[in-house]
Amino acid sequence: MFCLVTAVTVALCVSGCGGNNGTGLPGAVDAPDSPGSDSATGTIEVFAAASLADSFSDIEEAFEKLHPDADVRLNLAGSSALREQLREGAPADVFASASVAIFDEVASLDLVLGPTRVFARNRLRIAVPAGNPGGVEGIGDFDRDELALGLCSEGVPCGDLARQALEQNGVNANIDTNEPDVRALLTKIAADELDAGIVYATDVIAAGDEVTGIDIVGHSGSESAGEDAGGPATLEAIYPIGVIDEGPAAGGVRSLGDDVAQRILVDAGFVAA
Amino acid sequence: MRSSDRRRHSLWAPWPLVVLAIVGSLLFVVPLIGLLGRTPWSELGNLLGTRVVLDALRLSLLSSVAAALISAILGVPLAWVLSRVDFPGHSILRAMVTLPMVLPPVVGGAALLFALGRRGVIGGPIFDATGFVLPFSFWGVVVANTFVAMPFLVITVEGALSNVDRRFEDAAASLGASPLRVFRRVTLPMIRPSLNAGIVLAWARALGEFGATVTFAGNLSGRTQTMPLAVFVALESDRDTAIAISLVLIVVSLVVLVAFRARWWSPGDRDPAGEIGGST
Repeated sequence: MFCLVTAVTVALCVSGCGGNNGTGLPGAVDAPDSPGSDSATGTIEVFAAASLADSFSDIEEAFEKLHPDADVRLNLAGSSALREQLREGAPADVFASASVAIFDEVASLDLVLGPTRVFARNRLRIAVPAGNPGGVEGIGDFDRDELALGLCSEGVPCGDLARQALEQNGVNANIDTNEPDVRALLTKIAADELDAGIVYATDVIAAGDEVTGIDIVGHSGSESAGEDAGGPATLEAIYPIGVIDEGPAAGGVRSLGDDVAQRILVDAGFVAA
Repeated sequence: MRSSDRRRHSLWAPWPLVVLAIVGSLLFVVPLIGLLGRTPWSELGNLLGTRVVLDALRLSLLSSVAAALISAILGVPLAWVLSRVDFPGHSILRAMVTLPMVLPPVVGGAALLFALGRRGVIGGPIFDATGFVLPFSFWGVVVANTFVAMPFLVITVEGALSNVDRRFEDAAASLGASPLRVFRRVTLPMIRPSLNAGIVLAWARALGEFGATVTFAGNLSGRTQTMPLAVFVALESDRDTAIAISLVLIVVSLVVLVAFRARWWSPGDRDPAGEIGGST
């Protein structure tokens, strides 16, 4: 019973405690109903979507500075690959997914001990190499045969979202490669081997000068992906997080929701949630 | 058959060896059992009959055979030079030729991309002049496969060449045969078993290639998506299909490896070079 309460509290704090606590210090949240869980010790295995790589590394660093006895270990891979690992019993304390659907699949296997909470959102953007050699202006250019174009493959969140975006804009895409994950796609764009690809806003920032981002604006009619048009909700990835195994160390994961962590996420290009 | 004689001897091996050998072989057998246990046998036909799977199978067979042939055409002369010619940087060249066996294939794929891509050192000028791009094409798959597969052929053939009795070649040369003729009519027949072994090894490596292919040639069904890539993609979304494709890969590989293994050990084969190939 105690464990369950702890897990629920933690999972709530992952997203909820951030705005309220105001201390700005990872892990410094008071949680009277789960005594001791705010001083994290031991190893915390965090399974996180590949698109979280940079931010979670920063958060890990900030967290470990405040909790010298804790050792956060990041396992970064595509959300669907992580799902397969969890399904096969991989040891994890926390699962941060880039897709609600994949998170729910893991939850449906009774692997998640806390409720689903969203801690970040990530918009889709078109990435082109510096200088935009293909002269790409928008998502409508994805039907141009002479361009080398890439997407994430189907089943990977960024691939499924990109296909939705193309469909919504009525673009019959002419794709040259379906990359296994978003970072592989980004690498090929940064190397100027692809003229464009659909990635996340965070990836465009992570790639620095080598890649330029272009907003996805439909060619057909709706000039703005308006907030209430129904479309934009599917054009961004929603990142849920949950506690897989409450363990002795999992109390520390609450810090993901606090100010420092949220600031790191926003700096990386995520939309705060 | 000599092969069965040898195997019978192993039954009298010291028991510690046998125990360790059993543990060792379990490492290969157990995963296979795991795969078979998850195989959706009743749906196998439907899963494998899809367009995506058939395309992947066709691309895999074509690209792996092409890679094995190119490996033979380029690898045999390379092995001959490594074995017979002394030149500065000899050991460095040999190390570089075998590097793809050690390197993570993804690294090899990235290196190929930076060299042969449309912005690459070599690919760049070719693209500017002709508009031809290797990555994201079938020939990109073949290049990636050859890159990782050819070392297996080169070391197999080089080992055989080093063991060839040079007196046969000297005799042919003294009778007036040109060096090229000596190579074709004397050396090549003597290393034939090892060459066959090398080709099969290179083919098998190419068939299973994933990392270099996906990094250099990308992943597009019908153009560059080979069986290993199809398995990887299917694992993300459709596990039954992934297992079914894996099963086909295993069956095809086993049939070829068993068939050729039997031939390497063929009775009456006293060629020392054959021993090299057989033990690789």
